[in-house]
Amino acid sequence: MKRSLPLVPLVAALVAAASFTLLPLAAQTRATATNVPVIPHEAVPNFFKNAPGIYTGENMGIATNSKGNVYIYHRANETRLFEYTPQGQFVREIGRNNYGFAFAHSVRVDAQDNIWAVDEGTDMLVKFSPEGRVLMTIGRREDPILSILNMPGNGTYHGRNEKYRFGRQTDVAFDQQGNIFVSDGYFDARVVKYDKNGRFMKAVGKRGTGNLEFNTPHSIATDFQGNVYVGDRGNARVQVLDNDLGWKANYPNVGNPWAVCVSGGPGPKNPGKQYLYSSNSWQDSAPAAGAEFTGEVYKLELDGTIVGKFGRAGKAAGEFATIHQMDCRDPNIIYTAEINNWRSQKILLRPS
Amino acid sequence: MNRTLHLVAAAIFTGGTALFAQTAVPDISFDANADLLRAPLDTFVGEVGGVGATSKGQIFVYTRTGHPYATLGDNRTFYRNGSRLFQFDATGKFVRELGQDVYGFNAAIGLRVDPQDNVWTIDAGANQVVKFDTEGNVALVLGRKPETMVVRPAAPRPEGAPGAGPGGPGGAAARRPGEGTPGSTFFRPTDVAWDAAGNIYITDGLGNNNRVAKFDKEGRFIRQWGATGAAPGEFRGLKAIAIDARGDVYVADVGNKRIQVFDADGKFKSEFAGVGTPIAMCLTRGATQHLYISHAGDTDGMEDAAIYKVRLDGTVVGKFGSAGKLPKEFGLANSIDCRTENELLIGELTNWRVQKVTLKSAATR
Repeated sequence: MKRSLPLVPLVAALVAAASFTLLPLAAQTRATATNVPVIPHEAVPNFFKNAPGIYTGENMGIATNSKGNVYIYHRANETRLFEYTPQGQFVREIGRNNYGFAFAHSVRVDAQDNIWAVDEGTDMLVKFSPEGRVLMTIGRREDPILSILNMPGNGTYHGRNEKYRFGRQTDVAFDQQGNIFVSDGYFDARVVKYDKNGRFMKAVGKRGTGNLEFNTPHSIATDFQGNVYVGDRGNARVQVLDNDLGWKANYPNVGNPWAVCVSGGPGPKNPGKQYLYSSNSWQDSAPAAGAEFTGEVYKLELDGTIVGKFGRAGKAAGEFATIHQMDCRDPNIIYTAEINNWRSQKILLRPS
Repeated sequence: MNRTLHLVAAAIFTGGTALFAQTAVPDISFDANADLLRAPLDTFVGEVGGVGATSKGQIFVYTRTGHPYATLGDNRTFYRNGSRLFQFDATGKFVRELGQDVYGFNAAIGLRVDPQDNVWTIDAGANQVVKFDTEGNVALVLGRKPETMVVRPAAPRPEGAPGAGPGGPGGAAARRPGEGTPGSTFFRPTDVAWDAAGNIYITDGLGNNNRVAKFDKEGRFIRQWGATGAAPGEFRGLKAIAIDARGDVYVADVGNKRIQVFDADGKFKSEFAGVGTPIAMCLTRGATQHLYISHAGDTDGMEDAAIYKVRLDGTVVGKFGSAGKLPKEFGLANSIDCRTENELLIGELTNWRVQKVTLKSAATR
């Protein structure tokens, strides 16, 4: 309480931010890991190139396919999904004005190069074929009449835990069998598993701080063994689950994981060594208070051993203003999607 | 208003166990083409409110796609967008869009093709039924879109006040709940059918009204019947309507899990159950007419679904399909076209598609 007065402006700013979007319940915290070696890195300058008149907004999701093409799911005036060549040239738009796009959250590519858009406005996953046709949806947009009559304003946590309805789900991942894992989300606090045909298998989790409890599970990834890594953002830890959603471990020392990814791609399994990356992102309201101790990305062994880190909060090339999703198919090439900077970057890591 | 809608929605989807009382319904073997519609890559079919085919095999799809918008006005909020009307040829190739940017395409819930090949769209957001002629022109508009939508819980308004939504008589003599206002003041209307004279029958609907409204072919109001309840002639959510060759009117009373049969003046004749929770219905045109009735026992379309083939006396001949996302599974089959008795078009809400179903087994007789 003795510090409450100076904090009032900050609290007001946080409340204002919360009224829009992504605020974790706990403020962004400093990572507790110490003596972490810094991995040299550089950003490819102006890598993503749009045609005149084409803009990306808040870059929420980024993913590559097996051919190196890059997908960016972003919030412009409308929420849109763009595809780029491996050289960063704009190719085309996918899913324009489809019923499942309202407010981008993340995008992933599965082992067959299908593109999965995760939309927290419609509470839907939309699976597109590589050519851009809708193959499957999970979750359902609220009936427009009910939603307008019940317009809930900013919404709130409800924990309703339904099989086929999400509460602002955040991300999706796939195991080698094609099972689908969803981190869900802001208004629920759980991980949901579906089979490859979209049929519900299991859900675990509720809001809390214990094992198998979550405070905004915000990002999700799997390894080749089928283990599931959940960025439990509000609890400042990565929770590791087995394929049956049983608890295995917590990695509590890398700050608040806004975005996690596991290198190697979605499959098929390859002999490359897999690493886990976790971003302790500068908050999306870009508060000066957090700039000094957030914005870095950690590289970990799958067992949680920290290998190193790179990056810091900022606006310049190679700095990050709120990484919201990462792609690390190649463990030394990290694509980062940023909210505050309205951009994505291609980051080259120089190991050793 | 808000709570009433929830209750209706809850009533529609509670249970679905009634069908288990009926045993040994034969399975009809069938094939399905789940990849029928080929829209351009920048054009997306979303939730299929309604699908129908013309006598020439052209397929029309009224779909919830794009984005419902609330536009801010001077102390009011306007509601627009959210649905589109597409035409495909018999092979599923995209032909064209109709009704671009019309005033009332907001929440597609049904589509029917009349005997003259006019296309009728039913919209639960605009509370309108619109007839498009074969040229694609608007030929008849029934109902009016509410000028504004309430987007925040507000102080109670007098019934019938602007923005309160239709449904109340506004100070007229007291009416039974759900009886509705004579005329075309619809509240979430769901379906349309015609008798041999071209009179128009509209199920109204899933909102505060629980009535069938009858108009002549020019759209002049003739009569209405129904109120909220479970007695004969009462409804808990009207979802679909069909009229047989004799002029009898079949109404899917979704909340009461039954089909009610009336004469052309609305006099109750009979009812039957045993078809689960009926969310769509289609009447074949042959010498011996059958009903196809879509059952949805859960709100997700993932647990409990079937399509029943039923004689006009309510005897179930057979059933096919189950809930899910794969081909031959149905995710809330909200619309059936049965112009050809053993080749159906089935539109789904949650799976964003139309399946062309071919029935094969002897149970189809």
